[in-house]
Amino acid sequence: MQLLLFNAFNGLIQGVFYALMALGLALILSLNSVINMAHGGFLVIGAYLAYSLAPYLGFWGALIVGPICAAAIGLAVERVLIRPLYKRPDPLYTLLLTFGLALIIEDMTRTIWGAQGLPFQVPDVLNSPVSSVLFFITGYRLLVVGITIIVMLGLYLLLRYTRLGIRIRAGTFDLETVSALGVNIYLLRALNFALGCLLAGLAGVLAAGILGLTPPMGSSLIMPSFVAIIVGGVGSLVGSILGGLLIGVAAGITTTFYPAASEAVIYLIMLIVLVIRPRGLLGQEGLFE
Amino acid sequence: MIRRHGLEILLWIALATVPLWLTLVGGYAALGSKILVYGIAALALNLVLGFTGGLSFGHAAYFGLGAYGAGMTLKYLVPSTPVAIIVGTLAGGIAATLLGPLVMRRRGIYFAMITIAIGQLFYFVAVRWNNVTGGEDGLAGFRRQPLHFGSFVYDVQADTKFYYLVLFCFVVAVVIMRVLLASPLGHTWVAIRENRRRAQFLGLRTDLYVWAAFAISGTLTALAGSLNAMLFNFTSPQDLHWILSGNFVIMCVLGGMRKFWGPMVGVAIFVVAQDYLSSLTDNWMTAIGMLFVLIVLLFPKGILGLVARRRERALSPPAPEPAAAPADPSRGVAS
Repeated sequence: MQLLLFNAFNGLIQGVFYALMALGLALILSLNSVINMAHGGFLVIGAYLAYSLAPYLGFWGALIVGPICAAAIGLAVERVLIRPLYKRPDPLYTLLLTFGLALIIEDMTRTIWGAQGLPFQVPDVLNSPVSSVLFFITGYRLLVVGITIIVMLGLYLLLRYTRLGIRIRAGTFDLETVSALGVNIYLLRALNFALGCLLAGLAGVLAAGILGLTPPMGSSLIMPSFVAIIVGGVGSLVGSILGGLLIGVAAGITTTFYPAASEAVIYLIMLIVLVIRPRGLLGQEGLFE
Repeated sequence: MIRRHGLEILLWIALATVPLWLTLVGGYAALGSKILVYGIAALALNLVLGFTGGLSFGHAAYFGLGAYGAGMTLKYLVPSTPVAIIVGTLAGGIAATLLGPLVMRRRGIYFAMITIAIGQLFYFVAVRWNNVTGGEDGLAGFRRQPLHFGSFVYDVQADTKFYYLVLFCFVVAVVIMRVLLASPLGHTWVAIRENRRRAQFLGLRTDLYVWAAFAISGTLTALAGSLNAMLFNFTSPQDLHWILSGNFVIMCVLGGMRKFWGPMVGVAIFVVAQDYLSSLTDNWMTAIGMLFVLIVLLFPKGILGLVARRRERALSPPAPEPAAAPADPSRGVAS
């Protein structure tokens, strides 16, 4: 029983990372119409920059500055490379471009920081278990969950009440009309892209404290995030979060019974959802069909 | 005939004589086989990508299934090259046929996302099912076997002789694809690519046609995969990985996905570039990534597309420049 709880909680933590990634991907997908294959790359950038900055800024400083650096780099990438492609209606080109970026970022990370995994130091206070029975619940893991909840609430408030958020949501429905109303949609999409990268960077820093840093960490987290979006339903941000947590916990529980299938189960869930409910758990009907 | 098909005849002559000249320009027979194998896969992918307009980003799955199917047949079942090819092709083909219904109604971005994600399922099965697939280390311990025609034995162990087996399969695959594309089925695919909704209004069950394209494309890709396993007498999870799927797509784009032979041009350039770059620098992944970015920014229509446009310009009087494309903000909810 305790083993099951242990694995389920591990899975939940994984699911939190999937959800953060999927949320950023879904934002970029719906407003920018870009499948951002480089999303894992931005996660890696955030994590490694936080690692390098931590000796100067401390853990907490790095936790904040790392994701901001990822967002800044995302902003630059959007401006220089992705913006020229908006006028081509085929999503193929941005997909291939970000795919190339993902290769470049992973390889450059390996060159700069080395192929070996690096540990990311977390303050000692956070490393001790909260209780002796539930030994796997450390302060850091609670912090991860807490920060994620705060960020998601913040994102909800941003999208619900601020002018920027309302414009982003309006843009996902009908970008042409938003443009006709005098909104600078290029700026809007740039900010949205940066927001997505910020979430990826945050996921990276948080994941680094648990999984450590390796160059391929981004490419191993991005596929489950796609699955999270498909399971949760394209076009639904809440769905993406739900999908991420669901597949994370499912993978964790599977580890208890049949560890070899812990990755495959994620994709099996996706197949089942696609067969039974093609639009995903919370997806809108007819979108992308 | 010669004027219209001149280039194509030249291509076939060049392919038939590869073992004679490839070593002279610094290649080797196995490289020629690899180009043909990837050529089958890219041409097959292009049935979906270029002709039907479905953005499939998961074709490595069928390639890898073909490879594992052939490898495991040789290793565990029967040491026979033709049986291995058939089993491998069927393995990938059946998977593509079964999975087709999950993607056939989707469009654009969603089609791409689902095909990417589905492909990963097979990757993890191959990595984790250690005792059968060899896991991360890949499947080794099998060899391609001589072909027996009555008393005549054709030993494909030699690279050059295997090349001709691959060339034979390539010819078969090309003939199948050409016949299909010239048939009403092929024309329907193009109609769906150009305007899916209109094809629907004409009463066509477009999803079934997309399914057919996906299944046929997956089957031929699996044929390529089974040949690839025998080319190296080895296969690994890398043959199932989404990076390979991406490579197939960029090969099609690089050569020009609106032309039948476009993917082949892309394959030749990409495989040679990859071979050369990986011997040149440790950072060949960055180099390949740069290649992706440059192709997307500079050659979106591919090399054959560029050639065709230049020829059109030379033939027709200069048309007035089309008005600058609008910012096209309508892409919010993808087409």
